[in-house]
Amino acid sequence: MKSVILQTATRYMHPILLLFSVFLLLRGHYLPGGGFVGGLVASIAFVLHSIAYGTQQTLKILHFNPLSFITAGLALATLSMFLPVFFGYPVMTGLWLNQPFPVVGLVGSSLFFDMGVYFVVVGVVLTILFTISLESH
Amino acid sequence: MLLIAISGIILALFLIPLGKYIKGKWSITLAALPIFISIRLLLRIPTVSGGSIIFQHTDWVPSLGLNFSFRLDGLSLLFSLLISLIGALIFIYTSSYLKNHPFLDRFYAYLSLFMAAMLGLVLSDNILLLFVFWELTSISSFFLIGFNNEEAGSRKSAVNALCLTGLGGFFLLVGLVIIGRVAGTYSIEELFASADILRNHSTYPLIVGLLFAGAFTKSAQFPFHFWLPDAMKAPTPVSAYLHSATMVKAGIFLLLRFSPILGDTPIWSWSLMIVGGFTMMYAGIHALFKTDLKAILAYSTISVLGMLTFLIGLGTREALIAACVFIIVHALYKATLFLTTGIIDHETGTRDIRVLSGLKAVLLPVFIAGLLAALSSAGVPFFFGFIGKDLIYEATLNASSNISVYLTIAAVVTNICLVTAGFIAGIRPFVGKLPPQFRHIHLPQGSMWVPPLILATAGLIFGLVPGYIGEVVISPAISVVGAEGGTVNLKIWHGFNLVLILSLATLLAGILLYLVNKKFPVHTTTTTYAPYSFFSQIWGIFLRISARFTAVMHNGFLRSYLVKIIIFAELLLIYELIKAGPISIDFNQLSPITIYEAMNVILLIGALILIVITSSRLTAVVGLSIVGFTICLMFVFYGAPDLAMTQFTIDTLTVVLFAFVLFNLPSFLRFHTKNRMVIARDAVVSILFGTILSLIAINVLHIPTNKEVSEFYGEFAYTLAKGKNVVNVILVDFRGFDTMFEIVVLAIAALGVYSLMKLKLKPTEKE
Amino acid sequence: MELLLVITMGCLYAAGVYLILKRSMVRLLLGIILLGNGTNILIFLLGNIVKGHPPVIAGELQSLTDVYSDPIPQALILTAIVISFGLTSFAIVLLKRVYAIIQTDDLDNLNTPEEEDI
Repeated sequence: MKSVILQTATRYMHPILLLFSVFLLLRGHYLPGGGFVGGLVASIAFVLHSIAYGTQQTLKILHFNPLSFITAGLALATLSMFLPVFFGYPVMTGLWLNQPFPVVGLVGSSLFFDMGVYFVVVGVVLTILFTISLESH
Repeated sequence: MLLIAISGIILALFLIPLGKYIKGKWSITLAALPIFISIRLLLRIPTVSGGSIIFQHTDWVPSLGLNFSFRLDGLSLLFSLLISLIGALIFIYTSSYLKNHPFLDRFYAYLSLFMAAMLGLVLSDNILLLFVFWELTSISSFFLIGFNNEEAGSRKSAVNALCLTGLGGFFLLVGLVIIGRVAGTYSIEELFASADILRNHSTYPLIVGLLFAGAFTKSAQFPFHFWLPDAMKAPTPVSAYLHSATMVKAGIFLLLRFSPILGDTPIWSWSLMIVGGFTMMYAGIHALFKTDLKAILAYSTISVLGMLTFLIGLGTREALIAACVFIIVHALYKATLFLTTGIIDHETGTRDIRVLSGLKAVLLPVFIAGLLAALSSAGVPFFFGFIGKDLIYEATLNASSNISVYLTIAAVVTNICLVTAGFIAGIRPFVGKLPPQFRHIHLPQGSMWVPPLILATAGLIFGLVPGYIGEVVISPAISVVGAEGGTVNLKIWHGFNLVLILSLATLLAGILLYLVNKKFPVHTTTTTYAPYSFFSQIWGIFLRISARFTAVMHNGFLRSYLVKIIIFAELLLIYELIKAGPISIDFNQLSPITIYEAMNVILLIGALILIVITSSRLTAVVGLSIVGFTICLMFVFYGAPDLAMTQFTIDTLTVVLFAFVLFNLPSFLRFHTKNRMVIARDAVVSILFGTILSLIAINVLHIPTNKEVSEFYGEFAYTLAKGKNVVNVILVDFRGFDTMFEIVVLAIAALGVYSLMKLKLKPTEKE
Repeated sequence: MELLLVITMGCLYAAGVYLILKRSMVRLLLGIILLGNGTNILIFLLGNIVKGHPPVIAGELQSLTDVYSDPIPQALILTAIVISFGLTSFAIVLLKRVYAIIQTDDLDNLNTPEEEDI
């Protein structure tokens, strides 16, 4: 059930949604948003793509197996959790760079933790939905 | 001492993974542990004989008064030496008795667990700790009795023993807790000082009754005695170790331990004397009519336990000395007799005394062990048993004059039976003509016949140096069971007096009875005893009740479980609501109602009704998404933008999920219940549940919440964590660990889905 | 008005409980999802509810001032929503799997035959 309208819309919606998800992730520390919502929006972008073009196509543009996103996300979160230990602080102490980056704002260890959450959420949702959709058809 | 008590448990744990490497010919090395413990204990003898008590204390659960506090006094030393020394011999014996048994490692694990429990029991200074070990002995005994778990009889005996000792243990726990409450301490050392408070307290009869329930079940007193003959289903080393030498004496130990604290009152003395006296005669006479060697030994063990209980009840200094000596005497000769029986059983395959005879020719060292044990049991002069018997008669004769005659008669009758039983078990299978089918028998490995020989010889040696034993072992033990009065002086020769006459008369009568019994045997093989059938009937009733209960509660239908759980929860909550008093709604505190909120709720309720009544899954999924979006709107109204966004995206994804999966499944149309009663019940239950929770929530609205934590987060979100969205700061910084674990859980869920889907269905799995 | 939240919560619970008492596995699943939503709102109610003041520090301020919604229940619910998605998807797959084996949506068919005579 491939619909041309959906495919055309998706062509524009997909990058916009992904951009939006990154936007949500980055602003999460100051305004509503964050890793969970960002990850969910990003996964919706891919799910939309898979509905329009088929899951096989989506897996192609993803380049990676969704399971590897989970691994990457968990690794990133764990790393940012233990990063302060190398500087002699307790686990999960917030470390911050003093100079704010343009666009992003202050960069700190909790931003990386949030990015870890983002990747885990994307990985989890896509793993679940894509496995199911591949097995169902 | 903690090490002594726990090392067996550690060994048992160690045997779980490594047992399979050890159960071959190396199994005998495991005896190193009991030998090591014995040496540790033997080295303590000089200290303890000097009258000092060694304490050791480690906190465990101080809030409950339960701590690892141990004491090594004379009584503990007496018992722990018996446990570890006989344990060592049993370990050695087992290595050849159960040679090549596939589960030998398991057996050793149980055995060392038991040894640890028993040592802990006698060494503990805390009565709750004592109880913990007490239960542990019951449990390990359960495993050991049921060791041949492929036999139904074995399993049944194990369950019987566990039920009965467990029940007794339960009563004991209650008794111990009451003692602790009344005296204000759980330490035995401090309890000695509170003896008068306990004895004069109004709950004293209850305490004593509960304590007796524990001791009598464990030490197989009438009418709880029947589990012990039953327990003979266990491999013989177990019978020798647990069911004659040590575990069944735990009850005796308990009585001895508590006799300075609770003893010396009419209730205590009379109940112990009556129960013990009856048990010793009842079991002693029963022993003579058995044909199975182990049954004979079991009944004579019960008889001895009765005798010990009786002596503790008598409670005079002589009686307590007699009890302590008799514990050693009995442990030595009874364990020997069990071990020789085990050898006979192992070599000939039978334990029937009508078949066995003349084994002396083929099993000479075993015969010597059996003979020595039988002579000690009979109280022949120069054996330790002789001293034990003398002391018993001395105790009964010196009791208050109006009862001493009856007590002496009871003791004489019992002892005659014991002499006979000892001869039947220790001598009879070996004498006479060797039947042809036993000609081929040859002596087993040394590790099998040496232990009984050592034990039996010990009975003779102890009898030759009674003074020494009395000084180093019995005196310190006596001093802590409430019968001070200097060193105990055990002598071989008491002079020519009434005691000696009685002793010799007993011996002669016993021999006579043995000969008569041999000539004109009267055997009963029936096993229906009054207390036993009573027990099994109660057992049956329990089984029926629990079967019916299970049938009602656990009927295999998820719905019915849920209904029961929910109704129960409703009742509890209603009770709490009624207790909390009337509900008032303060409308001034609430924000004004707005039209879009009202519309939103109406939409939600409509969607819910749709989900509940629809018969189409598509409609249900649509309804579900409406519910999700309306909830999302509510989060928007009430200042939770993060929640709104999350709810929105998750709701979208849930719909997609349902769309992917559900349309491969059948419609749930078919399962509509036709029964209107069921629908009505479900409706009532669910509406009631919703109402109750709403009422609780209304109550909650008016209770000011503790805002300390929220205020902390609000105040420091920016200054400490440099974030302005407090919810996000909580998630990634303040409570980052929780989030970490949450994403781990999510990852596990994803892996679960992945593996469930990728798993290929085997053809056999299809119905 | 907060009472509307209370009513919503009550209705979600009632519907959820009604659905889990049904024979169909799909309905059981729907019921569990509704119960989850009801619980989220219950947690939400336990906090301090303020209309229209999200717990976000405004502008140049250093800390939350004035009235604001309680951030703790929100953080709890946020994780609960995401976790419940994981739960739902796992349950759905499990259900699909069970259906592949027993070919029915009927919970009663999960019983072993011996127990049916009770």
